[in-house]
Parts: sequence; C-alpha cells; structure tokens
Amino acid sequence: MEIATTSTIEIPGSQARPSGWRISLVFVASVISIPVLVVVASLALPYSDIWQHLRDTVLADYIANSAALMIGVGIGTFLLGVSGAWLTAMCNFPGRRFFNWALLLPMAMPAYIIAYTYTGLLDFTGPVQTALRDYSGLGYGEYWFPEIRSVGGAICMLSLVLYPYVYLLARVAFTEQSTAVLEASRSLGKNPWQTFAQVALPLARPAIVAGVSLALMETLADYGTVDYFGVSTFTTGIFRTWYGLGELRSAAQLSALLLLFVFALVVLERWSRNKMRFHHGSAQGTPARINLPGWRGILSFCLLFSTVFFGFLLPAGQLFLWAAAHWQDTLNQAFWDLVLNSFMLAAIAALCCLALALLLGYGKRLHPGPVEVSAVRMSGMGYAVPGTVIAVGVLIPFAWFDNTLDSFLREYFDLSSGLLLSGTLGALVFAYVVRFLSVSLQSVESGLLKIKPSIDESARSLGYRPLQVLKRIHVPMLRPSLLTALLLVFVDVLKELPTTLILRPFNFNTLAVRTYELASDERLVDAAAPALAIVLIGLLPVILMTRAMIKEDPQ
Amino acid sequence: MTNQLELKNVRVSYGDFDAVKDVSLNLEKGQIGCLLGPSGCGKTTLLRAIAGFEAVAAGEVAISGRIVSSNKNQIPPEQRKVGMVFQDFALFPHLNIERNVGFGLAQLGRSARQSRIAELLSLVGLESSAKAFPHELSGGQQQRVALARAMAPEPDILLLDEPFSNLDSELREQLAGEVGQILRQKHITALLVTHDQQEAFAMADHISVLNAGLVAQTDTPYNLYHNPGNEFVAGFIGQGTLLNISVNALGEMQPALGQLNTEIPTAPGDMLRLLIRPDDIVYDAGSETSFEIIQKAFRGAHYLYQLKATDGQIMPCLTPSHVDLPVGAALPISFNMQHHVVFKNTRL
Repeated sequence: MEIATTSTIEIPGSQARPSGWRISLVFVASVISIPVLVVVASLALPYSDIWQHLRDTVLADYIANSAALMIGVGIGTFLLGVSGAWLTAMCNFPGRRFFNWALLLPMAMPAYIIAYTYTGLLDFTGPVQTALRDYSGLGYGEYWFPEIRSVGGAICMLSLVLYPYVYLLARVAFTEQSTAVLEASRSLGKNPWQTFAQVALPLARPAIVAGVSLALMETLADYGTVDYFGVSTFTTGIFRTWYGLGELRSAAQLSALLLLFVFALVVLERWSRNKMRFHHGSAQGTPARINLPGWRGILSFCLLFSTVFFGFLLPAGQLFLWAAAHWQDTLNQAFWDLVLNSFMLAAIAALCCLALALLLGYGKRLHPGPVEVSAVRMSGMGYAVPGTVIAVGVLIPFAWFDNTLDSFLREYFDLSSGLLLSGTLGALVFAYVVRFLSVSLQSVESGLLKIKPSIDESARSLGYRPLQVLKRIHVPMLRPSLLTALLLVFVDVLKELPTTLILRPFNFNTLAVRTYELASDERLVDAAAPALAIVLIGLLPVILMTRAMIKEDPQ
Repeated sequence: MTNQLELKNVRVSYGDFDAVKDVSLNLEKGQIGCLLGPSGCGKTTLLRAIAGFEAVAAGEVAISGRIVSSNKNQIPPEQRKVGMVFQDFALFPHLNIERNVGFGLAQLGRSARQSRIAELLSLVGLESSAKAFPHELSGGQQQRVALARAMAPEPDILLLDEPFSNLDSELREQLAGEVGQILRQKHITALLVTHDQQEAFAMADHISVLNAGLVAQTDTPYNLYHNPGNEFVAGFIGQGTLLNISVNALGEMQPALGQLNTEIPTAPGDMLRLLIRPDDIVYDAGSETSFEIIQKAFRGAHYLYQLKATDGQIMPCLTPSHVDLPVGAALPISFNMQHHVVFKNTRL
C-alpha cells in the first residue's frame, strides 16, 4: 500500500514568494466560484413582494413536484441500473456481452429529447393511440390512456436516460467485489440470489447511492422535460420568475433554495464515495458467473432489451424516421448554421475547460497546500449545480458590471458602453466553463495521478522548470486523458439547454435551443433533425466507454 | 581539496516532525557514499533534500562548494547539477531510450548530444536498445537506462535512491557491483540510499548508518562490521546478539566466556554488553562448556542454533550441518573471538 506517497512535489524556495502557479490557480478558482457565491449571497438580500407571492402560491408546488420527481427517478434508476449491472457483471445469459455496452446507449439521449419523442409517439394523434383506436374501434374519450405529460411521465423519461449513472458505478462495484466474500456466502448455504441480496447488494450500496445521487442531480438540473410536460419545478420556476416576472433577485433566491437540495445530494454522494473505499475487496480473478439457462436467460434478455429499446432504440428510431421523412426540408442551410454554431461554441468551451483544468490540476500537483486543494475543489463544484442556477449566477454580476461601467462612462465621458458582457458569447462560454470544468478537471486529475511523482522529479533534476516539465512530460503522457476531457465537455455543452436558453446572444441559435423551440411550437417532426444530431454526437463518449469496457471483459 | 558534497547540521522537518534531525556529512570528489538505515530513519528524506525536493529547516547543503540549501535560500532542483536515479527508475514512458538519455542534454548541439548518448549507452551496454521504449526492457536494463540518463548531463553529484530494490534479489548484488564499477571508472561522486547492507557493501567506500534522523556511525564497510561504534550499529550491521556480561578481577567474562580482550578500559565488576556473531561460537566436541539447544534452523551448509546459557541468555551458533543434534540436547562449544566488541551496559 502506497498510502504515504501522495503524488505531490513541494518545490522548495517557492514557499517564501508566491509562485505564478499559485496566484493563477487561486485567481481562476475564485472567478469560477463567483456565480454560485452570488446565488448563495442572494439569500441575504431583502425579499421582494414577488418573493412573497411565489412563497404563498407556487413554492409548495415546486418543492412537492421536485421531491416527487426525485423519489420516482431514484427508484426508477435504482431498479434499471442495479438489475443491468448485476446481470451483466455477475451472470451468464445470451446477449450479455452486447448489453455490457448497449445499456450505456441511453446516455446519448438528453432527457428533453426523449420526452419530445415519446410525446409524439403517445399523444392523441400519435401512432400508438391511432393504432389503438383503429384496432378497437373506440373513439376520443372512450378509453383510458396514460397521460405522458405528467409527473409520472417525467419520472419515466428521466429514469430511462439517467439509469446509466447507477449502472456504471454499480457494475464496477460488483466486478470489484472480492470473490472470496461471495464464495464464503455460498459455502455457508446461501443460494446465488440470497448471496446477491444479503452480501453483494449491501457491499455495493455506497456505489449505488453515489450513482443515484448523480442521477438525482441531473433530475434537479433538468429543465427541458419538466417544462415541456408542464410540471412546475424549481428550474421552471426560476425561468418563469426571470422571464415572466422580470425579477432576477427572486430568481436567484429561488436558485439558492434549489442549491440546498443539490447540496444535500453532493454531501450524500461524497459520503458514499468515501465509504466505497472500505467496501473494496481485493478482487482476485473474476468470480464464476451464475449461469442463467432456459427461461431465466430469456427473461433476463427481455428485461435488458426492453431497457435499451425504450431508452434508446425506439426514440432514436422514431427521430430518424421523422428526420428522414422530411430531410429535404430539415437539412437546409439553417440546419448547417445550427451545427456550425453549436460545434464552434462547444469547441471553444471544451478548449477553455481543458486549459483551465491543466492549470488547476498541475498547479495543485506543484503546490498541494490546503488553500490550493480547496480552491481546486471549489472549481469542481459546477457539475452538481443546475445550468439554470449557473446562468442566473452569471447574469447578475455581468449585468451589474455592465450597468456600473455604463453609468460611469455616461457620467464622466458622456459615452454609453451598453451591454459589454451580458448577452455575449463570452458570458455563455464562461457559464459553460463554470458548469463543465469539473468534467475536464476529473479527466486531467485522474490522468495526473497515474504519473508517478518521481517522473516529475527526474525531469526537474535534469534541468527543466515546471512549465517545461508540463509541456514535455505531462502533456504528451496525458494525451488520451486530455482528448477524453475535450470530448466529454464538447458533448455536454452541445446537449446543455437551460444555460444556453438564458445566456445566448439575441438570435443566436444552437441545436439544443432550436430543438427546444420547435418542440415548444409542437413541431416535433421538424425538431427531429437537430435532436438526432445531438443524439449522434452524444454517442461519441458512449463509444469511448464501450471501448474501455470491451478491454476489461475480453473473452 | 574541496568537498563535492558537504552537509552541515542539516535538519528536515514535516510540520512538527523532524525526519532528519542533525546530519553532517562530506563526500570528496570520486567517492561513493551510502546512507544506510532501517525504513523511517530519514535517509530518503535527506537524499531528497540534497536534490532540492525537500526544504531544509536548518543547516546547509553545499554541492561543489556552492550552498544550494539553507533555511534562507533553496535553489530549485533544475539548477543544482544533481543527477538522480529513482527507486522506480522514473523513465519517461513516451520517449525511447535514446531520447530518455538525451532528455537532460538540451543545451548541447545535435551532434554533440548524439555522441554523448552513444557514449553513455555503450557505457551501460545498451547500444542495441537505443530505439526501444522503456516498457520493452527488463528491470535490470531499465535500471541501467536510468543510470545513463542521470549521468548524461555530467552532474556534480549522482544520487541513487534505493536503486536496486525493484530488482530480483539475485540481480541486485551483481548490478550493485557493476554500477559501482562504472561510477569509479568515470570518477563520479555518488551518494546511495539503501536499507540493504549487501548493496551498500558492494558499492560504497563510506557508509553512514542513520538511525532516527541522526548519523549513528560513518565508516568503511569493514569497520562497521568489525568495530561498530555503538549498540545500534552492532545490532543493525550483520547478524549478532548482545549478551550481558560482567568482568571479574582476573579480567574474565561472566558467564564463562573466557578472557576479555578489548581496547576499552574495564574494571572488575563492570557490567558490559558483548557483541556475539553466529560464527564467534563454534562447535567443539571436546569442550567442557555446553549450552542447551532451544531452537535450530537448517541453512543448507550450516545449522543455525539458538543456545541458552546457564544464566538464561540466548546466543546464536553456526555449525556445519552434519552437527545435527535435537532441540533440548546440550551442544558443546568453544569461543572463537580474536577481538571482543563490548559496550558499557547503559540499560542497568
């Protein structure tokens, strides 16, 4: 055990005078933290009449709906994720190796897009109900059909695309469980299913809890689905307060309240990840899989296949049919402009995130002091904060800056600077960086951890300064991690809806925004092309993870 | 002649804990020194302080007469002209052997660099692997690349941090000898850190035994074994046991181990501790002295017996393996010591 060897090098001589690395690290972390701090600080501001009004009328709804969504999605992702993980990791049945990666496919499907697709499929004029009426001869109002646009519908949609978080973490937990523990349970007279329930599941609990909390963070961050389904939650409330009532401060206060929920989830996730360390067995070889012959194998196959089918194949197929049917109309110049806008924005944001992640990760490696460590941790908090909240947190300080500068210039120079920062691509990219920096930071940091500190030291003793070491040793060695970081942020930015909706410059459209606009106008068929483009790009990280999985499970 | 490496009262601390308390040490040009000690004695910390990866809390480190570390000023590692061979070799996995060795030669021109690389690769016998990548080499070959890379920029001093501990035990001593030979051939000043005495004996001219952040003794390998300066060194170097003895008016040791022969002045009634190596006690069929066997271990050519003296003290005895007696039997022995190593018994 190498507990003592933290991968850190304290460089003497730099303790006396603060080095450039330390200053820039703390500066970047402070700037990245501004939006969240602004939102939290808004709690201390006076509460307006609108806040009173919100509190008396809709706040209870927001809390009730958000809580219902969290409970529902928690149960849904648990059932889908754990069953998939257990069957593919521990059992043997036809199609197991296919499901290893196929179960990840729904990750490519943003919740709002699957919601649009199912609405198109299941509403009154959709193919399902039409077929039902044709077949049964019943007319409007003569039969009961579940209403997709409801809390229950939103729970189904979110569970179908968010369960992979639970699946991934639970699968790792199951495969890394010590074989000896499972075999001990069998030798003490428990059958495979009792072993699962009494030993494997409790051991994997921290991983499962961590996965569910990640899925619930995404649930709280969701805007597209709940907005489309007319379910009032915090995110839709924040939008309504800002756009409908024009009250930024109340929107910020609402955001702060939402952050309370998020914070509870973050604590839960951190806590369970901590516990995961103790539950790690020393996995010695892969355990013998449980054979599921006959009807049990077929049942497992059907269960997992329906998960993949409803979570990806069906909605993706429907999008493809819609897009293909109208391809002359949809694949026009406007569509390619959207693609170009989205790609450009995502690429810029991904590059910014990568550069900052390298600065923070390497800076922390050079100076692992308490200030630096907590600064880097602060910068990584964005993954938990809903895009809506970050957008509000960006809007407030930028608007303040613009107004202050404008009135200053008017007063002293009789000039107007107008809106310098707000409503620019810069504000949007900044918000993306705040939200997704953690994604690239995670790749960079885990890559750096794999490089032994002696590598740094040997380059230093051969005469290279830290920046040269980064350029000549770390960047070349980290190339795969850096590409992963770029790709993950690129895809996340492309999918991100609420941040873009709030902060985009006037008349600037992306694939996600256009999909949302067309769907809101009930032009679901026209929305298919941009939606399908997002799904296809979203497949890239899935392919990446798939390749890693195939390497792990080669036979 | 100035010292190539000079440590003056060096202290290195982690927070409140002094890993190195007060160490002074000199190495002349071309000498190979060694810091030897059990794990946690501060030897690696001291080496890293010389290289510039740890700050000194007090004292000075000077390399070629230039002070590189003091509590006022720390010169960064890249400006120290120190070569370092790491325990895990730390070869750059993305560069081939040639470029690994040439990594520290950026200031040289292309052709000068090429010829220096070729010179070093032939020195360590790896000319044919110039284009190979680190993972394609065996552990011993990687070790030699690490050595060549550290030597390439002609450092003022070469530091080796447990350089052989990642290798098979058979390979270890052989390589230690080879490396020592290369360093002597090139007249390179080097400081080795190890916990393995055989490695230290195979390579170093001078060994400093470290204990709890202090130098217990600095001496040649021969003297450390035969004239340990204190009980710690006596116990740490080689196998041995310390027996409590006293001296009578005739200068004889009690229990009956014969006449005491030592340079330190003793007086009748002195309580002393005597160092006994396993080969100091020999099987002697005709002897009148015999001790009870309480444990025996087969060592191939030898048996290592543990004997209990009449006063209950335990001592080791190495016999040829045909002397095969059961536990509980009495083993007739005699003492075969030219020179006694004794310490004043401070434990009483």
